[in-house]
Amino acid sequence: MTTVLINRRNLLAAGGAVLASEVSGLLLPARAEGLAPTPSMRGGTNNYQKGAPIVERIGKGGFWMSGTVRRAGDGAPLAGQRVQIWAHTVEGRESDPQSHGATLTDKNGAFRLEMPQIIPIFGQPHGHLAYDSGEFKSVFLRPVMRSAKDTALEAHFVLQPA
Amino acid sequence: MPTQRWRPARALIWVALAAAVGGPIAAAAFSPQLQWRGPIYILAGFAGIVALGLVLVQPLLIGGYLPGLSAYRGRRAHRWIGGALVVAVAIHVGGLWITSPPDMIDALLFASPTLFSPFGVIAMWAIFAVATMAALRRRWGLRARTWRIVHMPLAIVIVAGGVVHAVLIEGTMETVSKAALCVLVVVATVAVMADLRARRKRGTSREETM
Repeated sequence: MTTVLINRRNLLAAGGAVLASEVSGLLLPARAEGLAPTPSMRGGTNNYQKGAPIVERIGKGGFWMSGTVRRAGDGAPLAGQRVQIWAHTVEGRESDPQSHGATLTDKNGAFRLEMPQIIPIFGQPHGHLAYDSGEFKSVFLRPVMRSAKDTALEAHFVLQPA
Repeated sequence: MPTQRWRPARALIWVALAAAVGGPIAAAAFSPQLQWRGPIYILAGFAGIVALGLVLVQPLLIGGYLPGLSAYRGRRAHRWIGGALVVAVAIHVGGLWITSPPDMIDALLFASPTLFSPFGVIAMWAIFAVATMAALRRRWGLRARTWRIVHMPLAIVIVAGGVVHAVLIEGTMETVSKAALCVLVVVATVAVMADLRARRKRGTSREETM
């Protein structure tokens, strides 16, 4: 059982939090509508090839790209959404067709696709992901790996109606 | 310059310079990244490393720090190396453009997601500006003082931009040899600029006798 302690410090902290959220709500009106849509990232569309096929795995695998797709506003998970993924890997360059693949989100709005190990290209180890299916506004992401030795990378989409 | 004699200390400077420039190139040649790159991308990367090495040679030549080279020959070499720097940068940018056109275009338009790109692009334009003005210097009749006022700030931009560009990149260069080369480039530039300034103040500069 947890005891709820109400003392001066807690009250001050809670009051401050309420105040802060109200102030930021005033400054950022978008917040009032809930979860904000994900903006596309700089360079996200680079070497994009429309219509990558849905695959079990890109190439021989060994690296996991994962993430979620949710709806702007209420944050509801979006199932069955097509996410396209490509990168410079040990098996090919970004512009090679075999470096591209797509997968669908499950009922929780999550996706996960195995692909070859991503390696640094143009000075940064990064991947590319696209939502570009029409129902929602297109979003292109370009997440960067913290270390080139990482064997997984995440990216999350919050989509708004087209 | 005094008469040329064999002195170990003199040879040592050349050996150190060869190690500072050749070391990073040799280390990069062993990078595991190379196995996943095409020949043009590899060439473009090495052209960038060579360019950084040439940026170390430049202040040493103009400061007269390299034994065995007269002031005159040092200056001539400085101009030739400047031309080589333009070629190296052109290969670097051209090769990267062929490798991934959208990434290179982003960089040139200052719309790239990577922080190191604008530093490299600014250094590139500074190199091209110095080279263009060096070519037109005589035709325009630029005086030594005017030239210095134009060239020195651009040289600082080239060194600072080039070093930051190199340090932030995760590529084929080995970390320690890259850091060492970058430190040497900055130290050589600062030392030579301070030295030339002191020489001018003493009135012993060779600058005005060009």
